[in-house]
Amino acid sequence: MVQPKVTIRFEVNGEPVEAAFASHKTLLEVLREDLGLTGTKHGCELGECGTCTVLLDGVPVLSCLVLAAACGGRRVRTVEGLARGPELHPLQRAFADLGAAQCGYCTPGFLLAAEALLAANPRPSREDIEQALAGNLCRCTGYHKIYQAVELAAAWMRGETAEPDTEVLYGRG
Amino acid sequence: MGADSAPRAHRVIGRALRKVDAVAKVTGATKFADDLSLPRMLYAKLLRSPHPHARLVRLDPSGALALPGVQAILTGRDLPTPFGILPVSQDEHALALDRVRFVGDPVAAVAAVSEDVAIAALDRIAVEYEPLPAITSAEEAVQRAAPRIHDYGDGGNLHKLIHLEFGDVEEGFREADLVVEDLLFYEGSTHLPMEQHAALADWSPDGRLTLWSSTQTPHYVHRALAKVLGLAPSRIRVIACPNGGGFGGKSDPFSHEIVVAKLAMVTGRPVKITLTREEVFYCHRGRHPTLMWVKTGVKRDGSITAMHFKSLLDGGGYGSYGVASTYYTGALQTVTYQVPRYKFQGARAFTNKPPCGPKRGHGTPQPRFALEVHLDKIAERLGMDPAELRLRHLVLPHTLTANYLRVGSMGLGRCIQQVVEGSGWREKFRRLPYGRGVGLACSSYLSGAGLPIYWNNMPHSGVQLKLDRGGGVTVFCGSTDIGQGSDSILAYITAEVLGVDPLDVRVVTADTDLTPVDLGSYSSRVTLMSGNAVLQAAERARDLLRGPAAQRLGVPPQQLVFADGRVFDAADPGRGLSFAEAVELAEAAGGTVGTVGSYTPPAAAGRYRGAGVGPSPAYSYTAAVAEVEVDPETGVVTVPRIWIAHDVGQCINRAAVVGQIEGSVYMGLGEALMEEMAYRANRNVVHRAPSMLEYKSPTTLEMCDVITYLIEDPDPNGPFGAKEVGQGPLLPVPPAIANAVYDAVGVRVDEVPITPEKVLKAIKAKAKGESGRVGPTRFPEIPWPEPIRVPPPWAGGDGQAISGEARRPAEFKTRKSDLSAVGGGGS
Amino acid sequence: MLRLPPFSYEQPKSLRQALALKADAGPEGAFVAGGTDLYPNMKRRQVTPRVVISLAGVRALARAPSLRGSEGACTVGSMVTLSALAGNRLIRRHYPVVAHAAELISTPLLRNMGTLGGNLCLDTRCNYYDQTYEWRKAIHFCLKKDGQTCWVAPGSARCWAVNSSDLAPVMVALDAQYVVVGPGGERLVPAARFYLNDGINYLAKQPDEVLTAVRLPAPDSWDAAYEKLRRRGSFDFPVLGVAVWVRWDGARVAEARVVLGAVSSSPQPVPEAAQAIAGTGLEDEAIEAAALAAFRPSKPMDNTDFGLAWRKEMTRTLVRRALLRLRRRRDEGAAR
Repeated sequence: MVQPKVTIRFEVNGEPVEAAFASHKTLLEVLREDLGLTGTKHGCELGECGTCTVLLDGVPVLSCLVLAAACGGRRVRTVEGLARGPELHPLQRAFADLGAAQCGYCTPGFLLAAEALLAANPRPSREDIEQALAGNLCRCTGYHKIYQAVELAAAWMRGETAEPDTEVLYGRG
Repeated sequence: MGADSAPRAHRVIGRALRKVDAVAKVTGATKFADDLSLPRMLYAKLLRSPHPHARLVRLDPSGALALPGVQAILTGRDLPTPFGILPVSQDEHALALDRVRFVGDPVAAVAAVSEDVAIAALDRIAVEYEPLPAITSAEEAVQRAAPRIHDYGDGGNLHKLIHLEFGDVEEGFREADLVVEDLLFYEGSTHLPMEQHAALADWSPDGRLTLWSSTQTPHYVHRALAKVLGLAPSRIRVIACPNGGGFGGKSDPFSHEIVVAKLAMVTGRPVKITLTREEVFYCHRGRHPTLMWVKTGVKRDGSITAMHFKSLLDGGGYGSYGVASTYYTGALQTVTYQVPRYKFQGARAFTNKPPCGPKRGHGTPQPRFALEVHLDKIAERLGMDPAELRLRHLVLPHTLTANYLRVGSMGLGRCIQQVVEGSGWREKFRRLPYGRGVGLACSSYLSGAGLPIYWNNMPHSGVQLKLDRGGGVTVFCGSTDIGQGSDSILAYITAEVLGVDPLDVRVVTADTDLTPVDLGSYSSRVTLMSGNAVLQAAERARDLLRGPAAQRLGVPPQQLVFADGRVFDAADPGRGLSFAEAVELAEAAGGTVGTVGSYTPPAAAGRYRGAGVGPSPAYSYTAAVAEVEVDPETGVVTVPRIWIAHDVGQCINRAAVVGQIEGSVYMGLGEALMEEMAYRANRNVVHRAPSMLEYKSPTTLEMCDVITYLIEDPDPNGPFGAKEVGQGPLLPVPPAIANAVYDAVGVRVDEVPITPEKVLKAIKAKAKGESGRVGPTRFPEIPWPEPIRVPPPWAGGDGQAISGEARRPAEFKTRKSDLSAVGGGGS
Repeated sequence: MLRLPPFSYEQPKSLRQALALKADAGPEGAFVAGGTDLYPNMKRRQVTPRVVISLAGVRALARAPSLRGSEGACTVGSMVTLSALAGNRLIRRHYPVVAHAAELISTPLLRNMGTLGGNLCLDTRCNYYDQTYEWRKAIHFCLKKDGQTCWVAPGSARCWAVNSSDLAPVMVALDAQYVVVGPGGERLVPAARFYLNDGINYLAKQPDEVLTAVRLPAPDSWDAAYEKLRRRGSFDFPVLGVAVWVRWDGARVAEARVVLGAVSSSPQPVPEAAQAIAGTGLEDEAIEAAALAAFRPSKPMDNTDFGLAWRKEMTRTLVRRALLRLRRRRDEGAAR
């Protein structure tokens, strides 16, 4: 059962990478198993949950349904490639500050879907955010802290000095 | 406990701080179980039964063994010792010995050099089954005693029968001005954690086993491994990885955990298993489908004279936590509104489906749904506002209930007032236009079960604290972070007491080699129990540092303040030491600085059989108002917003508390409207659609707005007064929505999920002049045992039964404790 | 982890190459576009091709929508992603019904991968079929794959898997033309004739043919609407789709088409419903008559989420809502 391997060159988180793997492996499997990038998670492997979202040429896709062999010459960005050096990406900072990650398992997928949203739309409405994240399931948070984190990060990325809403952090009463 | 709960400005407690693991989680650095790999690691897969009920006649693995790359195959005979989470139901085998009990029951296991090879090998294991008739529902189990799914239990296919009576309910019904009966049904649902269960085992030739697993209960996995593998517990190390969501679904010891351990022992290589999403549905242990009948007598003012509650739970193929679940369907009815006489009959049936167990709220969302809808109907019959009816008859704080639960702080009244005010209840209730409505419901939940799962007198949670010369503090605790933030709670409490920054506290948890036992992340016990344990350890550490520091500073020890990374004189804050210097002094004076802390809940007040389920050091309270919109042409219900107030005692991290509430509302919304574990009874009892696509979990587009109010009324038993928040806020959501649907369109859907089909059916029936109710129509006849009669405290009772105990089935007589108690876990 | 079965992967740069590779592979070869339908099916072992031939490298298939020719029809390449289709300015302006239906498909992530051609050729779906190998084994498989019985209708000789495309009923309602290229050359197939009412043989396209483009009729005096029924606002396939098309003659309906999706193995035109509104001004009675006419032949089977009775009943509601939408647009002067 030794599978013939294919070799591709592509860019992962800004670095050129050459990888050889069995041709039926998905991008998800190659990232996690061949490149050791386990930050990308999986929840169904059938495109039904959004957990494995990565950016492919800047576009958020489900890495469980992308064949790695089809990624030659393309740019892949995973959660490991969000932070700039020791500095967290504004989305990461906002997710951490607001408690938008509870178990944290869906978080990488949400971060990348949100990153793509903000790249296209720096000032999204709440509805824009709900729509853009409608392909990512989260069982812990009820999504609200995620929306609020995206809004906060968007403000930071626009260069505004925004503080989290106190009600977001503290509730009422 | 809680010397520090005396009012003083907290520096850490109650703030909205980053969780200690937040950065790891947002950078993808957190290692979940499937993220681990070891050199020479093998991959395991389980062969599962395609039959709902069958005898295993023959199993031939030779075809699979011949496949290159296959390293080992296990069958039931390799692991013949039974296990199970509760001592009273050790009815599972890692791999079927001679019988399979649901589609998905594990039969054999393969370890191979790759998952591809392991998958290919499964189909080459030849298995011959002799199919047996399957029991497909609890009602069928009541009717059909044969074939028995298990040869133990309370007769036929009834796993457990409970009959408890606290006072003479018939007398109460006679005194009542109105007696109302209702039948309700709560469909089964599953946890659906985003992370599929995974486990990795490593066996060392010196006879030591290490298991990493996505488990909420490493301590119980440790015990199960020792039992089934026949290894000394001292040679087994279980490490619970951070759980990618638990909600109760990772609280049992599982077959796959035992299997990879055995495969590692057999092959001498590390072995990992990662379940597919479909297999996670087969692990299940989720919400029991529960049929309920409730009869309540009330006076004209709404005061309850007596309540009689019956439940029938569909348990699935194994015991799991089911005996506890069954008790829980009857335990907490008494802690919200005054119930002077109470009778409970509960039954759990075995059926040929994946086993049910503890899901967030464990056994209590079902009766809470029933009770809160029932009360809504009673209020209408009495012409009372449902909020008013509840407010008038609240259980008083610091009292004992009819079934001997000790209620401590009780903030439900404030919760109700908050949501009534916040939602504009008085302007909306029965006043919104057709198609829009509001509904109110309340609830309560445990802050940890009062008793452990297996009988013992040891603490429920332990902590060791190590203080460094560098000023760092390390907390060792067996608790498991499943996303609810328990690691952070340990750091915050330590930081508060020792006056250091939470980032100076390192937290080592959930490792049976390194950390003292904590029973696990279930029953919403961790903040209260490990919180009290770490509070004790930190206070002891502070006391250790106090003497040498006081001596050095020439200040009376009690005058020292620990804050801002310093130890200083309260009277002269400039006079002080750094925390690190204080540690050095203490180490010089008395040697290595470390302390321990532990927590054991107070003894239960009830002393009857079954009294072990329900007691808790503290009860949280919640009230919710749901607003709904019902499309009368389709029956589709949408929920624009929910106002929810939760009595949490005291927030340790306010943002985390709000997060748990929002997440609970989310899960309650899913159960109310769409989530359903459905099976095809006529097609081999297969799960209808075990997938993320067809098991309907609300997306961003279904989630409602949540307006959260926190009620802080510190409980004397909680660390700094804290009570639970991970599970309780789910409970009022389904009944609030059901009541709101009635307010909107005048129909009663007396079951969840409240699907468009049911709503439309009810609307049409009502239009035709029929009842406008959809729900169950009968509760089956069940051969209940004689009741265990316990006079309530106000009838001169002392918590002991006056009759009924002797009639219990023989197999329970030798048990010291029937069980104790557990819940599903937040996140 | 659920994994793909082993296969070899080809990514030709031209259609001719793609067809040649398919000819070499024979029945063991499968074309793949976005992969969002094929790969899950492969992971569940519903199909196990030995050679997967991707069309992603064939530039000509990714042709963005353009209005061409004297009649002003619009041609869209089949490899255009659903996101690109839904976001395309020309489509949004002249074919809002297409953009709307595309936007309702699955999730934003999946729409970034899935293609127009893929959605139009979507494998028929069924609760007894879209399951893993192990699950299907427990029901002794089904007629569509490895078994003898269609569990949706055990007495039936055919497979009742359902066409679950959102765009297919729209294309049938619009009378779009599909450009199909195979070893025998190119042919033009009207959308209505592209689909066969059989869960197994559900396409008139031969396995060695490729759907290369879709030609939408020139935007002139017609209008169309699509209504989708499902549990959640995202992820879910339709449990019922209703596409309606009318050609306006002033305020009157000159010609109409009503097509049901997700109730049979192919998009189901309901001529009786179309007749009920033809010649009317879409008055309430006409709309009710059309809704009732569509309700009668709507026969959903037990192959999706929700019960059949409710899905059937909703046919009336959705047809009414779709027609009301057209009437509203006419009244707002937006109709062409």
